Amino acid sequence: MANISQTNVVVSNNLMARALREAFYAGLVALGLFVLFVGLKTDQNILNELVLVQRWGLLAIFVAIAMVGRFLTVAYIRPWFEARKAAKAAAPTVEREAGFVARNFSLLALIALVIYPPVMVALFGFQGSLKWVDNFGIQILIYVMLAWGLNIVVGLAGLLDLGYVAFYAVGAYSYALLSSYLGLSFWLLLPIAGVLAAAWGTILGFPVLRLKGDYLAIVTLAFGEIIRLVLINWTEVTKGTFGISGIAKASVFGIWSFDVSAANNFAKVFGLPMSSAYYKIFLFYLALALCMLAAFVTIRLRRMPIGRAWEALREDEIACRSLGINTVTTKLTAFATGAMFGGIAGSFFAVRQGFVSPESFVFLESAIILAIVVLGGMGSLVGIAVAATVMIGGTELLREMDFLKQIFGPEFTPELYRMLIFGLAMIVVMVWKPRGFVGSREPTAFLRERKSVSGSFTKEGHG
Amino acid sequence: MEYFVQQLVNGLTLGSIYGLIAIGYTMVYGIIGMVNFAHGDIFMLGGFAALIVYLILLGMFGGVPIALALFIMIIIAMLMTGLWNWVIEKLAYRPLRGSFRLAPLITAIGMSIALSNFVQVTQGPRNKPVPPLVSSVYDIFGISISLKQIIIVLVTAVLLTIFWYIVNHTPLGRAQRATEQDRKMAALLGIDVDKTISITFVMGAALAAVAGTMYLMYYGVIVFTDGFTPGVKAFTAAVLGGIGSLPGAVLGGLMIGLIESLWSAYFTIDYKDVATFSILAIVLIFKPSGILGRPEVEKV
Repeated sequence: MANISQTNVVVSNNLMARALREAFYAGLVALGLFVLFVGLKTDQNILNELVLVQRWGLLAIFVAIAMVGRFLTVAYIRPWFEARKAAKAAAPTVEREAGFVARNFSLLALIALVIYPPVMVALFGFQGSLKWVDNFGIQILIYVMLAWGLNIVVGLAGLLDLGYVAFYAVGAYSYALLSSYLGLSFWLLLPIAGVLAAAWGTILGFPVLRLKGDYLAIVTLAFGEIIRLVLINWTEVTKGTFGISGIAKASVFGIWSFDVSAANNFAKVFGLPMSSAYYKIFLFYLALALCMLAAFVTIRLRRMPIGRAWEALREDEIACRSLGINTVTTKLTAFATGAMFGGIAGSFFAVRQGFVSPESFVFLESAIILAIVVLGGMGSLVGIAVAATVMIGGTELLREMDFLKQIFGPEFTPELYRMLIFGLAMIVVMVWKPRGFVGSREPTAFLRERKSVSGSFTKEGHG
Repeated sequence: MEYFVQQLVNGLTLGSIYGLIAIGYTMVYGIIGMVNFAHGDIFMLGGFAALIVYLILLGMFGGVPIALALFIMIIIAMLMTGLWNWVIEKLAYRPLRGSFRLAPLITAIGMSIALSNFVQVTQGPRNKPVPPLVSSVYDIFGISISLKQIIIVLVTAVLLTIFWYIVNHTPLGRAQRATEQDRKMAALLGIDVDKTISITFVMGAALAAVAGTMYLMYYGVIVFTDGFTPGVKAFTAAVLGGIGSLPGAVLGGLMIGLIESLWSAYFTIDYKDVATFSILAIVLIFKPSGILGRPEVEKV
């Protein structure tokens, strides 16, 4: 007995020694990483010359965090994970019936979304609800729409598109330009924007059909940049970096308007007090409806020959071709359908902002949309919606962290750290769940009964 | 004619910087088949390291001979970014090796966002101007060539020779090429694959740091967003030359530099990036694996 406890002591001593040693190395590395960038700050003095400000205290904090973090990881967290893994392997696997929430997740989420604006109004009043409905609700729904559109290209057809924001821009500018030059209404321009974006998807898709993998990725990225640069430089039409402002608002199918001066103003007709919240709530339901349209189309298309052809293309292009599937039209329809939803989302974005400028269509947006698709689990609509909520809602929440000012002093601005945390979150989520939030897929073709399969069985495509 | 040669010189300088960055993309792509999107920000980080080292030298010793200052800046920037890329590879890319192809691409994009915002948070969002480090200009047959341009082209040429030698004639280079061809087989033959990949990242980062220092010297200003555009153009250069091929990366870099400066000289400067990207698209459509790239063999 004594012998065993002695070995345990030796093992834990070894572990502690190793943890301390690793913590020391981690501290050294952190010191090396941060000594120039955190320890010193370049600042401008009164003469506009660059001078260095020393911040050794902050550097010490960074190094200390690295050391403590490493120590805890090696000494406690890693053994704990290993123990849990061993316990899991030892325990017999029990098939658990999925709970009520898990089984009806989509339905419950939809109900929650439908009652979301009234709940927010009840909680915060009309003015207070603006922020929650607009910044959180509508913004997240726009990203869900975009990500579901891109999902058709990347998740279903397996074509890596890094320039998806181009179609978003085409949609937004089609609405902005056609409504301000021709005065057409939103309900007419919404489908037109979708069709125009789809046309651009086909035009851009055509030359890149031969390309694969990263070559395809870089060319789509190039197209995205080209469209943005044209928007910046074609100043006669697009007004360049100034953007187009004063874009007309949408109306409820032309029956009620949200213009304050109009006779059929929504608030006037119903004798309600004037507020901009009605318009935002209307936009929220509109966005929700457009998202549902995207989801419906995706789900239906997956069961149609074209959707099956997309997934077959993703799994194996050569087999696809030898079975007589026309890969050219298959790829082009994927590009066009994805682009169409991008265009619809774009025109919705324009009507919501009332202002578009090339600033909104930078590569970072494409990257964020792609990240949402991959983090959600490519091909899984629910996973993508969850990823959009977590990533976009999470970073929006950082704007609201005013209480942190009381801890770190008034100069502390949490907004500054928004994108830093966004980037780090992308890495952490990806390392933690490489297959995305939803790791299982629902096959559309099956023998006898439908079973969810692991996402690792689906391929990511070579296109 | 003189105007044309002048633009050639400018394009060559710009192209050298792109080429140096492009090597990092191409080496990493060659060895693990991933697009390291954070590489442009590593380049920016290198530029910032050089800037801070320069300010330290200025503050501690007053004036330092510029050749010595540049040398110290380059060396420290190389070490710095090498360490950064080593840590980044360990934390963000290694856990995802063997996972599906898009996973490391997403972490790389996340890393790119995180790095540029890290510099914004720690160093401030404003432009960082430095007084011209090297200002002499020579007049050769009516073409004005600045000392900066000579330094950039020379440093690039020397570094390329060194790296070409390392990759082709040293045990390390052999290990890299073996890992590139067949990772599993290389591991069976006793090559430490993880170490080789780490070293590749460090080498790429070191070259990007040199490019960052040169960029700082050439333009005299750096800002935290500076990683993106040169990064995308260098990636374009790597793809144009045939990704995975070292001479291809340099060739692609020079081509992009030349296209950019000639287009700005003879057409409108507004559309120079449109021209670059259009030529990329056209080249790839007719030669889908780049200029010097090997066409991929499809195995069924």
